[in-house]
Amino acid sequence: MRKVAVIGVGCSKFGVRRDVNVARLSFEAVKKAFEDANINGKNVEFLAVGSAGAGGLYEEVLPAVVVAEYCGMTGAGLTRCEAACASGSAAFFTAYMAVANGLVDLAVAVGVEKMTELETPVVMEMLGRAGYYLWEFHGFGPTFPAYYALYASAHMEKFGTREEDLALVAVKNHKYGSLNPLAHFQNRVSVDEVLASPVIAWPLKLYDCCPISDGAAAVVLASEDKLRELKVEDPVWVRGVGFSSGTANLSRRGDYVGLKASVLASRMAYRVARVEPRDVDVACVHDCFTIAEIMAYEDLGFCKKGEGGKLIREGETEIGGRIAVNVDGGLKAKGHPIGATGCAMIYELVKQLRGEAEKRERQVPLKNYVGLAHNIGGVGHYCYVTVLGR
Amino acid sequence: MGIGLPFLNSKPLTLTFKIPINGFSRFFEELKNGRVMATKCRGCGKLYFPPVAECGECFSSGMDWVELDGEGEVEAFTHVVVRPESFKRNPPYTLVVARLKEGVKVFAKLSNVDLAEVRVGMKVKLKTKIVGDEAIYEFTPV
Repeated sequence: MRKVAVIGVGCSKFGVRRDVNVARLSFEAVKKAFEDANINGKNVEFLAVGSAGAGGLYEEVLPAVVVAEYCGMTGAGLTRCEAACASGSAAFFTAYMAVANGLVDLAVAVGVEKMTELETPVVMEMLGRAGYYLWEFHGFGPTFPAYYALYASAHMEKFGTREEDLALVAVKNHKYGSLNPLAHFQNRVSVDEVLASPVIAWPLKLYDCCPISDGAAAVVLASEDKLRELKVEDPVWVRGVGFSSGTANLSRRGDYVGLKASVLASRMAYRVARVEPRDVDVACVHDCFTIAEIMAYEDLGFCKKGEGGKLIREGETEIGGRIAVNVDGGLKAKGHPIGATGCAMIYELVKQLRGEAEKRERQVPLKNYVGLAHNIGGVGHYCYVTVLGR
Repeated sequence: MGIGLPFLNSKPLTLTFKIPINGFSRFFEELKNGRVMATKCRGCGKLYFPPVAECGECFSSGMDWVELDGEGEVEAFTHVVVRPESFKRNPPYTLVVARLKEGVKVFAKLSNVDLAEVRVGMKVKLKTKIVGDEAIYEFTPV
């Protein structure tokens, strides 16, 4: 395995993007990433596009070919990666492997999703069908908030986690989202506003849920040979990737207080990267719902199992706390265009590790120059954990 | 961003998948008879719900059908208020995962219950019901 560096990142504005189709939305991210890496499409040997909703959430069935053509990468090796909400990480991993294995010296990962071209109940249906349609959706009509709400009910019962603790995750992530020009939500919220917002799937309320967003992010990966050729010094390195999965049927899970795929993927990533949870300066964790961030703290080893609520109450996951988590606003406030999220996490970590976070108030002070991205697909159906460092 | 900007409607398309249930169609037949069935692997003894025709543990294709007693305890629950497109005409519903005496867990709707009564640890029982031309299973409180 060769060393692989991230030499360029770009991210579109997240939000309701009815001004662009999937090709133009991707272009917005790819252009920034190419400028950042000082390359153009002709240099790219392999492109992996992460998108979960092709043909289901938006009109293009083969987004990879559409994106490759529109962004000047036709001719590169090409694939689309699907890992539900972790599709962006699956694309990043695929591009990473192409470089790490020595097959190519320059690869690109693009994560993209268009989620606002259909009516909201239809989008809720398409996401609710993700899991095991035949045995879970067909008869009972679960939504994505409902799946995570099941976990929230069990976590609250077992560990005494309160609705107020969940609300604090939304308060924190909206605060940082309000400082991130790319975030879907630019507003702050209070605990009272979160608690008073309409119930979506009890105990999750509107402000416990990430929005339905459009967005794209792009990442350029290079070998050491390519770094010398491009005269790149002091890049951000991929220190390690871990991965795992969980059963399609939620009824086949051992418990509902954490995601085993997160535990397994993070252990693998820590081992490969030779770091421990306490070494991480900044983390992007998968907070599609507030309970998901609390479970991530525990599953990733930022605190003991059951103490996620305490960690957020004590402010330990704010900038200046033990570990800064989701200071780009997270999925909760930055938005969660599902296929884009994995690459958008890498974008944020690279900016943070270079000390280039916009705005300056949300730049994390760096001690070990280690960042971690935790990207879940489905409800722990897929998981990728990526460790970056400088 | 961009609300009010020009757009083109795609060609509308209604998809109805014909999902093969060969190999476990007995499950749906027995539901009509009021029974909820699981399958048990003849090779390794593992009990499966939802039922399977092949065992992913030992790769045996020999399965015995076993009727579930249906009594169990809620492990997780939620009240779904915002419904997806094909359930939008239903009133809000409660979904649970319950662990049955037999050891398997079942994901299903919990009916005939006061919302305030629902909690983790609650005793429930599986029942079958005919809705339109489909037989379904759901939990009710014990």
